[in-house]
Amino acid sequence: MNTTSTHFVSSRRFEIYEPLNQIGSMWEESFKNNGGMYTPSSIIIPTNEKPESLSEDTSHGTEGTPHKFDQEASTSRHPDKIQRRLAQNREAARKSRLRKKAYVQQLETSRLKLIHLEQELDRARQQGFYVGNRVDTNALGFSDNMSSGIIAFEMEYGHWVEEQNRQISELRTVLYGQVSDMDLGLLVDNAMKHYFQLFRMKAAAAKIDVFYIMSGMWKTPAERFFMWMGGGFRPSELLKVLLPHFDPLTDQQLLDVCNLKQSCQQAEDALSKGMEKLQHTLADSVAAGKLGEGSYIPQMTSAMERLEALVSFVNQMYRILTTRQAARGLLALGEYFQRLRALSSSWATRKREPT
Amino acid sequence: MDKVMRMSTEKGVVIFTKSSCCLCYAVQILFRDLRVQPTIHEIDNDPDVREIEKALIRLGCANAVPAVFVSGKLVGSTNEVMSLHLSGSLVPLIKPYQSFPN
Repeated sequence: MNTTSTHFVSSRRFEIYEPLNQIGSMWEESFKNNGGMYTPSSIIIPTNEKPESLSEDTSHGTEGTPHKFDQEASTSRHPDKIQRRLAQNREAARKSRLRKKAYVQQLETSRLKLIHLEQELDRARQQGFYVGNRVDTNALGFSDNMSSGIIAFEMEYGHWVEEQNRQISELRTVLYGQVSDMDLGLLVDNAMKHYFQLFRMKAAAAKIDVFYIMSGMWKTPAERFFMWMGGGFRPSELLKVLLPHFDPLTDQQLLDVCNLKQSCQQAEDALSKGMEKLQHTLADSVAAGKLGEGSYIPQMTSAMERLEALVSFVNQMYRILTTRQAARGLLALGEYFQRLRALSSSWATRKREPT
Repeated sequence: MDKVMRMSTEKGVVIFTKSSCCLCYAVQILFRDLRVQPTIHEIDNDPDVREIEKALIRLGCANAVPAVFVSGKLVGSTNEVMSLHLSGSLVPLIKPYQSFPN
């Protein structure tokens, strides 16, 4: 018997360990053949069935049986056994590759989720340490039932807020400095375009998941509390917030603003009642098990889209005010929402008194 | 369509609605708030409902209802009515049909 190492005590173990050296070379063969995949089925305490690549000097794990010549004989007499062994190897290798592929795909998905999380945190830092409101509700912030369109919307919204914060800072700096009405007008224009961009984003997302938009899931909790019909704010309420910033107003302007406030209130009232009716009808049809009949869900979507008419109040204000007043108004509006978001954050992280 | 022409040129504020339409309801609430009594034509149960819908769409109301006519002229659907109101232009249109507050 060949001795490859001296620290094996029993001859029996000899028989087992020696073949392992051959198995080592078998590994190499296997790697060469299968592209480096581990094939555990080939690393077994040797039995009668062995690939031809083994040297003939092998001894076998079963003691006392002279397999050497048997093996040679077996090889030539049972080529199908070898073929079967090879096929098993290939199969095992293939399964291994598939497992590896699945694992890599899982890694990729997790990586994307991680990137989104980091972006969310970045956005949160901008807003004053508020950690995204969806992170604590789900393990990774997403569940499988969030469509990719909604995920895309949330990411876009994050960017929108960043840009919004930037514009607010710019407005603030500019208003306290010396700036021509024309330059200010440009800033105001951009701010308005920015708002309209958000409306478009929301309208598109509403088509994907109207309930998501109507319940304001992407907003901070404080914003959601004040939210009206998925639109973000009650224009008439907002007018109250903004009014002090428009001073001084001419008499005509004051009259126009009052009229606008009243029209807003009436329009809001009508739309709210319409929405209530829709909720009732929808609830009724759910109760009756007739969901989807009629066109209630599309109606909700249209109702939401119609809110753009109301939110075009921002446009109306623009018409009434001078550029400078509009700039101040937009700044006040932006800061109002910043404060709401900060309120959400500080409220959520407040030190709780021991009770 | 004749029917639509006839009904829309009735005096005052005329609104085509459907009983299931919540935006129609919203528009009606608005006019009520403005102290106007519009003439409501609920077209669900009209035998010519499809024809009427098509006619209203052709006139420019994407969802057919609500369709608002004032003094025989088409004002539009929810969007148009709300926008007009916000810009202050709706009240002058309906002034002749407003009832006095009690």
